[in-house]
Amino acid sequence: MKSDKILLDHGSGGKISHRMARDMLLPVFNNAILSELNDGAIFELQGVRMAFSTDSYTVDPIFFPGGNIGELAVYGTVNDLAMCGASPLYLSVALIIEEGFPVEQLETIIAAMGKAAETAGVTVVTGDTKVVPKGMADKIFINTSGIGVVPDGVDVASHKARPGDRVILSGTIADHGVSVLARREGLSFETSVQSDTAPLNHMVRAMFAAGRGVHVLRDPTRGGLGTALNEIAEASSVGVRIREDRIPVKPEVAGLCELLGFDPLYLANEGKLIAFVAPDDAEAVLQAVRADRFGRDAVVIGEVVSGNPGKVFMDTRIGGTRIVDMLAGEQLPRIC
Amino acid sequence: MAIKHSEEYRDADLARPLAEKIRRTSRRSIRLMEVCGTHTVSIFRSGIRSVLPTTVSLLSGPGCPVCVTDQTEIDAFIELAKQKDVILTTFGDLMRVPGSTSSLQSERAEGRDIRMVYSTVDALTIARTHPGKQVVFLGVGFETTAPTIAAAILTAAQTKLENFSVISAHKTVPQALEALMALDDVRIDGFILPGHVSVIIGLNAYRPFFDRHRIPCVVTGFEPADILQAIASMVEQIEAGAPRLENAYPRAVTLQGNLKAQKILAEVFEPADACWRGIGLIPLSGLRIREAYVTHDAGKRFALNLPEAQPPKGCACGEILTGKKTPPECALYKKACTPVDPVGPCMVSSEGTCAAYYRYHYEERVTSYE
Repeated sequence: MKSDKILLDHGSGGKISHRMARDMLLPVFNNAILSELNDGAIFELQGVRMAFSTDSYTVDPIFFPGGNIGELAVYGTVNDLAMCGASPLYLSVALIIEEGFPVEQLETIIAAMGKAAETAGVTVVTGDTKVVPKGMADKIFINTSGIGVVPDGVDVASHKARPGDRVILSGTIADHGVSVLARREGLSFETSVQSDTAPLNHMVRAMFAAGRGVHVLRDPTRGGLGTALNEIAEASSVGVRIREDRIPVKPEVAGLCELLGFDPLYLANEGKLIAFVAPDDAEAVLQAVRADRFGRDAVVIGEVVSGNPGKVFMDTRIGGTRIVDMLAGEQLPRIC
Repeated sequence: MAIKHSEEYRDADLARPLAEKIRRTSRRSIRLMEVCGTHTVSIFRSGIRSVLPTTVSLLSGPGCPVCVTDQTEIDAFIELAKQKDVILTTFGDLMRVPGSTSSLQSERAEGRDIRMVYSTVDALTIARTHPGKQVVFLGVGFETTAPTIAAAILTAAQTKLENFSVISAHKTVPQALEALMALDDVRIDGFILPGHVSVIIGLNAYRPFFDRHRIPCVVTGFEPADILQAIASMVEQIEAGAPRLENAYPRAVTLQGNLKAQKILAEVFEPADACWRGIGLIPLSGLRIREAYVTHDAGKRFALNLPEAQPPKGCACGEILTGKKTPPECALYKKACTPVDPVGPCMVSSEGTCAAYYRYHYEERVTSYE
């Protein structure tokens, strides 16, 4: 049933979001850079290859175990730039605040942003603040944009996966998604799960230093690992085969997912990346990821196959095989 | 709530030998039906179908609460959302189910007050904090969810929370098994019985059914090894010609079930005839709110008189729910009907058979590693 109104599904990061980008945005803004649909735009400016990215943050709750909307907004854009292969340099910050928002909370958020920028090694150079009447926004929305420079010799894009590439995942999945879910109003689970929000640019730099065979980088945020792998399989016209027993999921994350009928493959991560790396370089790149403090649990979860283009398969723990599809819309908790 | 994940039961060390045993011992061609949506999802997610021999077919039965909800009931839910001063509260997976002309999700975008809740406790809280509104909870589910909804009605009655009501579209499992056996164009050789429902109703609730039909009936849990254990046992029973009613989930299910939950259920609800999508009317397979709690019966309070609705044209959800068809045999599957634009409820709920097929099933050969 098609709707003539925007639904929450349009913002889920899954198929419905994609369809909106493809059908509504691309035809209007029609250009070669945008149509790549990467995490950020890559273009040349006076002989320098630049990356440019923007993202808006509307997380509920704004404070969650392991972080708040502030560092999320900084690391999110830093990571989008890093996934373009760029070294992030400068950020803008725009705040939309609801009238009546506590100053103390705003201070906490801004302090977190400052610390995050320092950790990532980026500078916030411009910004904007708007306050809207009570009820016209939910507490606070943050937009960040950023630019970075893509070093010579670095060439990553989602269409560059090749058969034989190993798929590296930098750590446990679904931590952010579950930490936010668990804290969301009405769900009072006691959980020790912390958001994984973290900057990935230092990790990425080390990966390039370790090997030239990094073909694709992606941070599986909204839509999760399953959606990110599908996007890459489709963009590169290759099949991807992963092994369930290799994918690290914290037991408490798996437990909560089971309870609510959620699949951790489709829950958000905010400090993880996947890399498609040529087989000869895979081990060295994996070691580089593991040497980073946010990549200690990194593993090779699978590889690229030449058949079944555009599809992602999983070898299950019990020795079976199944397809891993892209998320359709927002995941909804089930009845049971 | 402390959460512990039963990772050990997912262990390949348990599952692989069971799959091997099934492949070794299965000779006769058999059709087993799981009647629980959580089983359906677990079967697909763990790739159980891909490790079974061709002699064992799994049919997904009417085990997804959203899927078996009749079209007229769905229309009633949507109609309720349009009533003045109503806050509709619901579990998440009803949001996208298409009614005859709309869905709850679309109504929410139109500005109706429809709130997704995780439990009836949340719905009660909303009723308490909005005394000027009528808070209606959509009671959909089997014996698993029904007791918590009964408990909410009791709480509302005791605390005189008169603006809280429930529309009861609950259904009960044993009666559905009978109805499935009565269908003359479906052959079912055994049932994988639901774990959560059985925690409440107990193994004994299936005894009359088993005695009448003498086919293997095994209650089991949700880990791949649990399900394979049940299948292995049913294969063995069928090969030996010795069917049993068996509890392969003793860590959660007892003979009597949860007596306290049963008592609350009986206090608030009484058995009533119910319409199931795809099956039609099944005598005494529903739960009606007793007269004593009529204040909290949204069905009576709002007295909606809706015309009987027909399922969407071309939608094979009915045949799929009874094992007569598989989703790829439906003309709409993957064409007009996808999780993005679902036509029928089996494509909507995460536990629906069509959604599970769409998400996890692949018809072609999978390329091996290079």
